Amino acid sequence: MITIRNYKKAESLEEAWRLNQQKSNRIIGGMLWLKMGKGTVQTAIDLSGLSLDQIEETEGEIRIGCMVSLRQLELHAGLDAYTGGAMKEALRHIVGVQFRNLATAGGSIFGRFGFSDVLTMFLAMDSYVELYKGGIVPMREFAGGGFDRDVLVRILVRKLPASFHYSSVRNTRTDFPVLTCAAVRFDTETGSDHRFAIGARPGRAIVIEDGDGILSGGFTAHESREEQACAFGEYAAAHVPAGSNMRGSAGYRKHLVKVLTQRAVLQIGGAAGC
Amino acid sequence: MNTVNRPVRKKDAMQLLTGQPVYTDDIAPKDCLIVKLLRSPYASAVIKDIETDIAMKIPGIEAVYTWKDVSQEERRFTLAGQTYPEPSPYDRLLLDRRVRYVGDPVAIVAGADDKCVDKALSLIRVEYEVLDPILDFRKALDNPVLVHPEENWESLCPVGADNKRNLCAHDESSQGDIEKVLGECEIVLDRVYHTKACQQTMMETFRTFCTIDTYGRLSVVSSTQIVFHCRRIIANALHIPKSMVRVSKPRIGGGFGAKQTSISEIYPAFVTWKTKKPSKIVFSREESMTASTPRHEMEMHVRLGAMKDGRIRGIDLYTLSNTGAYGEHGPTTVGLSGHKSIPLYGKAEAFRFVSDVVYTNVMSAGAYRGYGATQGLFAVESAVNELAAMLHMDPIRLREQNIVRQGDVMPAYYGQENTSCALDRCLAKVREMIKWDEIYPAKDMGNGKVRSVGMGMAMQGSGISGVDVGSAVLKLGDEGIYNLLIGAADMGTGCDTILAQIAAEVLDCGMEDIIVFGADTDASPYDSGSYASSTTYVTGKAVENCALKLREQICRLGARLLGCEYDQVEFDGKEVIWDGEHKVSLKDIATASMCGNDILLEASATHSSPISPPPFMAGAAEIEMDLLTGETKVVNFAAAVDCGTPINPNLARVQAEGGILQGIGMALTENITYDGKGRVLENSLMQYKIPARVDTGRIQVAFENSYEETGPFGAKSIGEVVINTPLPAVADAVYNASGLRFRELPITPCQIAMGRIREE
Amino acid sequence: MLITVELNGKNVCAEVEADTLLIDFVRDHGCYSVKRGCETSNCGLCTVFLEDKPVLSCSVLAVRADGKKVTTLEGMQEEAEQFGAFIADQGAEQCGFCNPGFVMNALALFRENPEPGEEEIKEYLAGNLCRCSGYEGQLRGILAFLEWRKKEGRS
Repeated sequence: MITIRNYKKAESLEEAWRLNQQKSNRIIGGMLWLKMGKGTVQTAIDLSGLSLDQIEETEGEIRIGCMVSLRQLELHAGLDAYTGGAMKEALRHIVGVQFRNLATAGGSIFGRFGFSDVLTMFLAMDSYVELYKGGIVPMREFAGGGFDRDVLVRILVRKLPASFHYSSVRNTRTDFPVLTCAAVRFDTETGSDHRFAIGARPGRAIVIEDGDGILSGGFTAHESREEQACAFGEYAAAHVPAGSNMRGSAGYRKHLVKVLTQRAVLQIGGAAGC
Repeated sequence: MNTVNRPVRKKDAMQLLTGQPVYTDDIAPKDCLIVKLLRSPYASAVIKDIETDIAMKIPGIEAVYTWKDVSQEERRFTLAGQTYPEPSPYDRLLLDRRVRYVGDPVAIVAGADDKCVDKALSLIRVEYEVLDPILDFRKALDNPVLVHPEENWESLCPVGADNKRNLCAHDESSQGDIEKVLGECEIVLDRVYHTKACQQTMMETFRTFCTIDTYGRLSVVSSTQIVFHCRRIIANALHIPKSMVRVSKPRIGGGFGAKQTSISEIYPAFVTWKTKKPSKIVFSREESMTASTPRHEMEMHVRLGAMKDGRIRGIDLYTLSNTGAYGEHGPTTVGLSGHKSIPLYGKAEAFRFVSDVVYTNVMSAGAYRGYGATQGLFAVESAVNELAAMLHMDPIRLREQNIVRQGDVMPAYYGQENTSCALDRCLAKVREMIKWDEIYPAKDMGNGKVRSVGMGMAMQGSGISGVDVGSAVLKLGDEGIYNLLIGAADMGTGCDTILAQIAAEVLDCGMEDIIVFGADTDASPYDSGSYASSTTYVTGKAVENCALKLREQICRLGARLLGCEYDQVEFDGKEVIWDGEHKVSLKDIATASMCGNDILLEASATHSSPISPPPFMAGAAEIEMDLLTGETKVVNFAAAVDCGTPINPNLARVQAEGGILQGIGMALTENITYDGKGRVLENSLMQYKIPARVDTGRIQVAFENSYEETGPFGAKSIGEVVINTPLPAVADAVYNASGLRFRELPITPCQIAMGRIREE
Repeated sequence: MLITVELNGKNVCAEVEADTLLIDFVRDHGCYSVKRGCETSNCGLCTVFLEDKPVLSCSVLAVRADGKKVTTLEGMQEEAEQFGAFIADQGAEQCGFCNPGFVMNALALFRENPEPGEEEIKEYLAGNLCRCSGYEGQLRGILAFLEWRKKEGRS
């Protein structure tokens, strides 16, 4: 259990940011992972008094306060409708309802944990983080970046027309994932675009670059989709770095990258191909 | 029957469900010193120097004890809760200068609160001479590196132990000429199986509090299955007279055998005895996962001889068991791997069973539901499943052809006769419940998923024959209520209720008329404790006999009040009746018993059984497997159990369901791995994955009762047999789905998927 | 730090440390139903309601409950008895150590979703581990309770 000497419920983001500049201080999210640490925190900075526990939806955007719980994300009708249930699928296996009532969206994203379903899901979406000092940063850039002492205020999702698919492989239903895969097909005026994110490699989630342009012409017609899916799966497996941990070997993860991306292509490709 | 074989509620049910403070830590005095242990970071080391001065200066610290406070030359002891003289070797000291696994206690710290104790723990300076550990149990026997080189190591029973060989026990038994029979067999299957040191993982971790009583004695309240053994163990560990120790147990938050070993008691006992102040220890989950006594890891080499028509003629089993750093339950668990697997095949002409139990520098093993039978049944039942596959024969039919029947003598089960057995009916029932004939061996679901089935059988014992002792005291009180005093430990299993049902049945009274008390070494009659599937069968019979005796006493006083001889009266539970018309109520008898009376309205009885009638079971798993990802889920598990008469069908059912899920966990998710230094990696519920309710589909249990004449109302045991069948059943279902044969558990999605890639 | 918590309907004012956990706070204030089964937020034994939502009290700082409403099983005895009776009728309470957390979360489920299906029940209670029962008896008890409640509602 971590030791905390002082607790401060921040009265403004400025105050939170200022306190957070001290290395021995920490912003606390849901406290779930932080609690298990062994170190000492001088001052725990709590953002829960800043009304950042709201999800705001407009026509083109969903704005998620950093203190929004994973359970709120899971139950949000707008996110559910926009992602076609994929957001819920990304969240529902995480430990249990009581856990998800505490864990925060901000904490999950800021931590950039390798095992994170949440990061995998947001990475595939057209999403951004709003940092107090750093301004709005694309999720992809944030996910790949290092830790600094800025304050993550919100997560922003641009609601581009899209179809989603989320899947994960787990040794037990509520365990950490062995691999996560989020896939999106963005429907544009000229055709479609896509994005695939793979997490729990076991390293941080990344976006698969379609270097060979297998999907660059869009998804093929239904009949030949299997072939395209196979090709993309093989490509992804070859290019997504994977490692071993207690839950699975690097070789198994490579194999799962292939299987999950193949299945994702078949799922999001749409009925007719486009 | 009015009470027996009825699904009555557990007597403590509503107290538990409404969250009343009935467990050890709920009732511990608020001023208890907090006791924690400094544990060894090395698998094998000798403490060269230990410095506690700075730790002692932390405000609130009461005491820090090290090996220097414990004589290293005095008699050692075992923490195993077993009947004296224990088969487990005396190989422990309260604090030993030599540490033998990562987690072995190095110092005991007691202080006012968690914080100061944690601080003190971090300030103890220890200098270790680090030694080479033995981490691979296959290399332990006769290794020049010894786990227990000390001269005061002692084995009290002839179990073939030799600490100078790292040997905790060795045994051999046989019947017939196994080599000759195997030589005549058309098929000899030769296979090696491996099971790991799975954790009991009861929800309440180990915990104990201690105080000094009115008479200056040490009073220990602990979450234990074995109050009487615990008293002896604590006295041995502290080298104080047994008369100075009292042990009692409140409600227990699960045991499964874990609390058949005195894991936590001796430390606060030592602190309180030394300081004369109340103290308590509450193990963290991490300690419970890394410094307790899980299941014995075993490697089993099976040679199974059969004819092409499926006749099983001989079984040769060699079991190598890993007892870890200490020998708790080492010599006894291993026996079950053969004696409770081989006898299932009643037509075999010969068997041989040889076993070695070795010391290594990992956490000590101990008792866990199934107690060795689980491991042995995984091996033997898997081998039989392999034989069935080889012969292209239905595994259930193969069993039907070979199983032991009622009346058979079981040479591998100490020559005991099979006095009650419905195993044949269990097999037929399971076949029907799981829709075996529709699914076997597998069905393609058409979506990349396959469903398949697999099965296994099991037996266990009902108490330890000729050893286990159960006792009961019953007394009549005001208005005809009864007190039932027992020394058995209800650890959630419901034995308080089951034993009360037996008493109520004999005394023709309602459940509400029986007040149960247990267990307390000062007040309870002697009982070996709740383990080895003994309570219903052994203590239950003691209760039955005790109640019969009390009935007689009631009749005696009733007869005196009616003015007749006691053999002229009848007792119907409410009244003692003479000649059909003269009556005296139980209430009046109870009142009379407390005024000018010299007829004792109290009875006690002790029981032990020369035989241990096995409960039997057949279990079948239906799994669904994603062939590409390897993800596997037991969607349906069907089991048919012969536990004789289920005294309480509800509780028997829940025992079965719970045990089956633990078995499924062992088969698929509960893993134990060590790093190169001997540290357990699965040290939390985050890493050691017991099944959650979303991990399996349905578990269905049916009872196929036989009637065991020697048990109370025909009962045998149920607590342990239920954990055994999922292991071979799931493993064979995995084979039927994937074509992959796994001989080591757990079987993970990674192994399945990668195995299939290799096969292709 | 001085905090005021509405614990089971009563205001409790107490001095706590910055890292006092809610589980220890409520146990210190007599709510012994709240149990600790792990240190890794996995078992669900410590479930309490914070502002009527089920949370793991082992993972909440007591200071964060300042000015808020905390409910433990001690504050829900009537509902616990009513529902618990159905678990008792299955013998599924077994050792009982996971019961308070399980009952709390089940009651949370019934409030959120008065007529849950079997899969919804399992999923909502996935974070409540039990080692004794195999979960089957708990499920039977829940289904029987829901059935009873439905009938009661009708009559």
